[in-house]
Amino acid sequence: MRGAKSAKWVACAITVTLAATACGGGGSDSSDDMNKGKADPKGIVTAQLSEPQNPLQPANAKESQGSRVLRTVFAGLVDYKPGSTELENINAESVKPNKDSSVWTVKLKPGWKFHDGTTVTAKSYVDSWNWSANVANNQTNSSWFADIKGYEDVHPEKGKPKSDKMSGLKVVDENTFTVTLNSPVSYFAYKLGYDVWAPLPEAFFKDPKAFGQKPIGNGPYKFVSWDHNKLVKVRKFEDYKGPNAAKNGGIDFKNYTKADAAYSDLRSNNLDWIEQVPTTALTNYKQDLGDRAIDQEYSAVQSVVPAFYSKQFKDIDPKVIQGLSMAIDRDTITKKVLHGTRTPADSFVARGVLGHKDGALGDVAKFDPAKAKALIKEGGGVPGDKISIQFNADQDHKPWVDAVCNSIRKSVGVECVGDSKPTFQADLNARDNKQVKSMYRGGWVLDYPVNSNFMRDLYGSKAAGNTSGFSNKEFDELSTKADKAATLDETVKLYQEAEQILVKEMPAIPLWFYKVNSGQSTNILGKIPYGQDGDPIFTDVQVKQK
Amino acid sequence: MGRYAARRLLQMIPIFIGTTLLIFLMVHILPGDPIRAMWGDKAADPAQVAALRHEFGLDQPVWNQYLDYMANLFQGDFGRTFGGREVVDVMSEAFPVTLRLAGLAIVIEIIIGIGLGAWAGLKAGKTVDSGVLVFTLLVISVPVFVLGYLARFIFADELGWLPPNVQDSTDFSQLFLPAFVLAMLSMAYVARLTRTTFAENLRADYMRTATAKGLPRRRIVGVHLLRNSLIPVITFIGTDIGGFIGGAVITEGIFNVQGVGNLLYRAIQTSEGSTIVGVVTIIVLVILLINLIIDLLYAVLDPRIRYA
Repeated sequence: MRGAKSAKWVACAITVTLAATACGGGGSDSSDDMNKGKADPKGIVTAQLSEPQNPLQPANAKESQGSRVLRTVFAGLVDYKPGSTELENINAESVKPNKDSSVWTVKLKPGWKFHDGTTVTAKSYVDSWNWSANVANNQTNSSWFADIKGYEDVHPEKGKPKSDKMSGLKVVDENTFTVTLNSPVSYFAYKLGYDVWAPLPEAFFKDPKAFGQKPIGNGPYKFVSWDHNKLVKVRKFEDYKGPNAAKNGGIDFKNYTKADAAYSDLRSNNLDWIEQVPTTALTNYKQDLGDRAIDQEYSAVQSVVPAFYSKQFKDIDPKVIQGLSMAIDRDTITKKVLHGTRTPADSFVARGVLGHKDGALGDVAKFDPAKAKALIKEGGGVPGDKISIQFNADQDHKPWVDAVCNSIRKSVGVECVGDSKPTFQADLNARDNKQVKSMYRGGWVLDYPVNSNFMRDLYGSKAAGNTSGFSNKEFDELSTKADKAATLDETVKLYQEAEQILVKEMPAIPLWFYKVNSGQSTNILGKIPYGQDGDPIFTDVQVKQK
Repeated sequence: MGRYAARRLLQMIPIFIGTTLLIFLMVHILPGDPIRAMWGDKAADPAQVAALRHEFGLDQPVWNQYLDYMANLFQGDFGRTFGGREVVDVMSEAFPVTLRLAGLAIVIEIIIGIGLGAWAGLKAGKTVDSGVLVFTLLVISVPVFVLGYLARFIFADELGWLPPNVQDSTDFSQLFLPAFVLAMLSMAYVARLTRTTFAENLRADYMRTATAKGLPRRRIVGVHLLRNSLIPVITFIGTDIGGFIGGAVITEGIFNVQGVGNLLYRAIQTSEGSTIVGVVTIIVLVILLINLIIDLLYAVLDPRIRYA
C-alpha cells in the first residue's frame, strides 16, 4: 500500500515536470498573466513611501521620499528619456545655449496651466528659482542654483541676502526667459531635469508653508491629500499637455516604516510596488514573486574612499590604492554576500550615464591577488599595514564591509577592519570634521545623467561633494576645460579623458553599481518601467482592468 | 484621600522637570548634526546649514535651548519638527492610534491572562495547571519580534485570515493581530501571577469561612477570591499600560502601526529633539497618572488599605 502510494507521487511529479517544460517554450504561465488583460486608464496604483521629511516644495526635497511625490505633481522644463541619455522637452519648447554656453534661452510651450487654473509663464520659473535660491527660505537644495549669475547676492556665505533676485535671470516675454551663468556650463540643460527647477504658481508665494502641505503643480498628477504618516494621494490631471501624461488614474502613496511590512503587503496584493525587497527576503523573493520580481540596475555607485588628509594616505603612492582595489573580489562578494543586488563596478561613472565607458577602470577593477601584492609593494606598502573602513551601523553595510576586508586580508595580507559609527549622522560628522582614520564608505546616486556628475562633483578639489581631501591639479584643469567646451559631446569626451587621470590617481575605489530589487503586485499590467534614478516612471505604470 | 491625591499630583512637577531636562541633555549628546544629515551622502551647503540651525535654535547653548523649550511649553507650544510641522499635531495623530492598540491589548491581556490564571489556580497541581505553566513559559521565553513575525507569517501571509499590516487604525479587525502580539508577553505574566495568588488564597482563612458559611461557590470564587487576588495583578497591569504606550516600538514597527512607538523611533533616528522630548514627556505623565489611579484603586479593592 505504502509502495503504491509513493509510486503514484512519482508519476504525478513527472507529469508536472513535463507540463512545466511544455509551457516553458512559450514563456511561463505567470508572465502571461502579467501581460494579459486590458489596461484600466482610471486604475489607481498603490506605491510604498515613507513620510517625506520636508514640506512638499520642489527645492526642499533632498531625500527620495518627498521627491517621489513632487515628481508626479510637477513637470519641469526637460526630463531624461528612460534607458537612454537623451533629453526630452517637457514644459520647454526649447532650451538653447549661446555660443559659449554661458547664456541660456528658455522658451516655454504656451498654454500650460497649473492645477489651480493659472497659467505657467516664464515668470513662474524665474520667481520660483529666485525664491528657492534665497538662503532665508531654508531650502535644502538651494545650492543647485549656484551656477546662475547673482547667486551670491541671494545666498551669501554669511549674513543676510543682499537681494531677493538673481541678476542672471531675465523674463523676456510671457513664454521666454534667459539664464546667464557665472561661467559656461555646456550641460546646463541636463541639470534642469532635476526637481528643484520646477515652476511655482502665484499661490505659492502667498503662503509657502501652507503650500508645502498642499502643493499645486503643473505636472501629470494633481495633488489631492497628505494624511501624515499614512497616505499621500495624487490623481491624474486631465488637462495635462506634456508628452508624459499618466496612463493610470492616480497614485496612492502608502506609508511604510519597514521594508518587511511593505513586502508582506505586496505579497498579499495590498500594495502594487515596493521600494526595495527586505534583506531577509533577498534570497527567495524571485521564487515568491516569479516574473513579478524586479531586478534592474540604476545609476548609482558605491565605493571605498581613502581619507587623503589622514596620516596614512597623505602622501600615498596611488599604486597602493590600485593594489587594494585589485585585492577585492567584487564578483564573489556581489554574488554571495550581496545576493546579486549589485553589479561589480568597472568605472567611476555608473552605467546609464552619458559618457559612461565600460571597463574604464581597466585592470584596476580586476581581482588579481598577485598583481595587487606587487603594486602595493611597488608603491611602498600600506603605512602601518592596516586599514579600516568606516561605515554607519544603522544601515545594512556591515556584511559587505566585512567581506571586502576579508578579501583584502586574504589576498594581500594587509590587516583590514570595519570601523562602525552608530548612526549615519555620526558617520557624516566624522567625514565633515576630517576625523576618518583610514577609509570610509561612499555612495553616489546620479543627479543628472552626464559623467561630470560622477567626477567633478565628487573629486574636484573644490567640489562640495569632496570630503576626502583629494586634490589633483591636472584633473581640475581638465574638468574646467570640459565644462567650458563648446558642445556637450566635447565635454563628455574630455571628462572621459579626466576619468583616466582618476584611474591613475585613485581618489576612491569604486566597488559596485546599485540595482533595484523590488516587486510588483498582480494588479499591474506588464513590467513597471524604471528611470535612471531607480524609481518607477509612475506615469507609465498600467493597472489591469478588474 | 483627597490630600493624598493632591500630594501625589504635586510630586509630578519635579519629576516632570527632571525627565524633560534629562531627555533634553541626552538628545544633545547624540552623535552627529541632524541638520547636516538632511543632505545625506551629498555635500551640504554650509550657509544653508547655518541658517537652518539658527531657525531651530540649535546654535544656542543647551541651557538656553532648554529654557526656551520650557517657556514655550508653558504656553502649550511643543515646538516644530525639522519638516516644519507642529509637534502637537504630529503627536495628536500618533497617540490615539497607540491608545487604541494598547487598549485592545489590555483587554486581551485581562480576559485571557486572568481567565487562564484563574482556571489554572483553581486546578492547581492538575494537568490544566501544568499546561498553562508550560504554555506561558514558552511565550515568555520567545522574543517579541519572533512572536510578531511568526504571527504575521501564519495568520496573514499563509492563512490570509487577517491583513498583514495596519492601514486604518480605527478598524479593530486590523489592530487585532498587533494587539495580540503586544499583549502576549504580559498576558503570560498575568496568567502566572493570577494562578499563584489564586492557589495561595484558596487556602486562606476567609475562604474557609466563606465555604463554612455555606455560600455558593460562584460567590466564593467570584467575589471573595477574585477581589483579594487581583491586587498584585492590577498593579502589574497598571505598570503595563505605560509600558504598552512607550514600548510598542517593536510591535508597531512589524505591523506598520503609525503610533507613538514608530514616531519615537523615527524621531530618534533623525535626532529630532522637540519630538522626542514631547513624546517622552507625555508618556511620563501618562505613567505617573496611571500609577496614581492604581494606588487609589487599592482602597476600593481592599478597605484595609487607607490613605492618610
